[in-house]
Amino acid sequence: MQPLERYASIVDEFDAFRAACDRPLPSVVRVNTLKASIARARAALDADNVEYEATDWHPGILRLEERGPGTSWPYFHGWLHGQEEVSVLPALALDPQPGDVVWDACAAPGSKTTQLADLMDDRGVLLGNDNNLGRLSALRHNAERLGITNLVVTNQDARNFSFKPFGDRTDDENRIEAVDRALVDAPCSCEGTIRKNPDALDQWSMDHVESVVGIQKGILRRAVQATRAGGTVVYSTCTFAPEENEAVLNHALETEDCELREWEPPAGFETDPGITEWDGDEYDPSVELAHRVYPHRNDTGGFFCAKLEVTG
Amino acid sequence: MTDPNTDGVDGDSPPENDGHRFDRLPATAAEREVPGRPTRAEVVQWWEQRYGIPPATWEEHTFWEKGNGKLWAFAADVVSPIPVESLGLRILRTRQEHWKPSTDAVQRFGRAATENVVRLDRTEAERFARGEDQELPRWDGDWGYVIAAHEIADGVEPIGVGLYLHGELRSTVPKGRQEDLS
Repeated sequence: MQPLERYASIVDEFDAFRAACDRPLPSVVRVNTLKASIARARAALDADNVEYEATDWHPGILRLEERGPGTSWPYFHGWLHGQEEVSVLPALALDPQPGDVVWDACAAPGSKTTQLADLMDDRGVLLGNDNNLGRLSALRHNAERLGITNLVVTNQDARNFSFKPFGDRTDDENRIEAVDRALVDAPCSCEGTIRKNPDALDQWSMDHVESVVGIQKGILRRAVQATRAGGTVVYSTCTFAPEENEAVLNHALETEDCELREWEPPAGFETDPGITEWDGDEYDPSVELAHRVYPHRNDTGGFFCAKLEVTG
Repeated sequence: MTDPNTDGVDGDSPPENDGHRFDRLPATAAEREVPGRPTRAEVVQWWEQRYGIPPATWEEHTFWEKGNGKLWAFAADVVSPIPVESLGLRILRTRQEHWKPSTDAVQRFGRAATENVVRLDRTEAERFARGEDQELPRWDGDWGYVIAAHEIADGVEPIGVGLYLHGELRSTVPKGRQEDLS
């Protein structure tokens, strides 16, 4: 079965959706303002004769006309980082502030983590965790190239993330026992990356979806528990499957003290609301506040992003 | 694994550096417990003496050692010791005669440098980024680890760490960061 056909009933302009999924994605870079201003990075690209176009919703997110970002002086200096355009959303939704304690539960290879550091102005504490030691080296390499100094890298299973290394239940004045904000950019079936990886759906199966759902629920629940009352948790995936999106949110709403919150993407970025019914199941009506990103709306990859507040 | 609770309590031997965790540097020599561990004061002073980088640059950062002599700068403070994979940015290799700054440190903090900065022209900078050594007889400053820099977008920007010896500038740009930008 073609997995994307499952979504004919929930996606408007389904033919345009399918056509967009077949087109390759443009190469996009984000300016790392910890090392250079947007104006200076763009001036350096101009001097190198690298053609680009700023997205109409962010002056520091640049679509390159041709070559990848790796072979230019501004990239060498760590002024730029290759990051798929749509994946900029969850860090904007999380909105971390300088001085916050922030947990990125599934951080590697780090494009969203390094964006969080930039939004925090490299201040406060950013916990970048991943359970895959091999992918952690990519996270470290990216953070180093971008000159980030507020990142602590850990290698734990996010479902059982422990603050013990951070002095949990001690009287140390520098201990960390909870975070202000957490990002769960969960491992998923990656349907939305089809434009980047044309073989992304070759291994697709309902069994695989069901196996990652268990992991997603576990990580999101732990993120809510690890975040202080009043704090923010953002849940995102790069897939369309409601089982991995709204159903996971619904599970968190039923089992943990949290509520969906409204969040508006930048003006000019068009999204669709979360769905409340799928395959005979009904979800909490508040999951409508989540954002579905379809490739034909903004010429990006596919994505899902929701903002929660911890209430207890 | 080392049990942190037993550190320094078993008799006469002083505590040693443990390569599996990060330890905060002592502020000054008077507070030093692990022999050979550099102090915060020494590190700040080293950057100022060698490169003219003002001590205020580091005001918001804590310094940590993991591995023998490898120093890291972190933007906040956390418990010490801390057993994590990495903590901030690796900035400096110490516990050797000539301390060696990292490419990442120089790229991030080297803009504030006023001394031992070797300015390269376009061709020289491209060679340096490829990781190549080159003759550079015009340099009449100190030998040793220097900051290689070039002009880009109306400013001077550090590229990385060079080792200047006998009229030659050696590039220490790590293999994974080398790039052909010509």
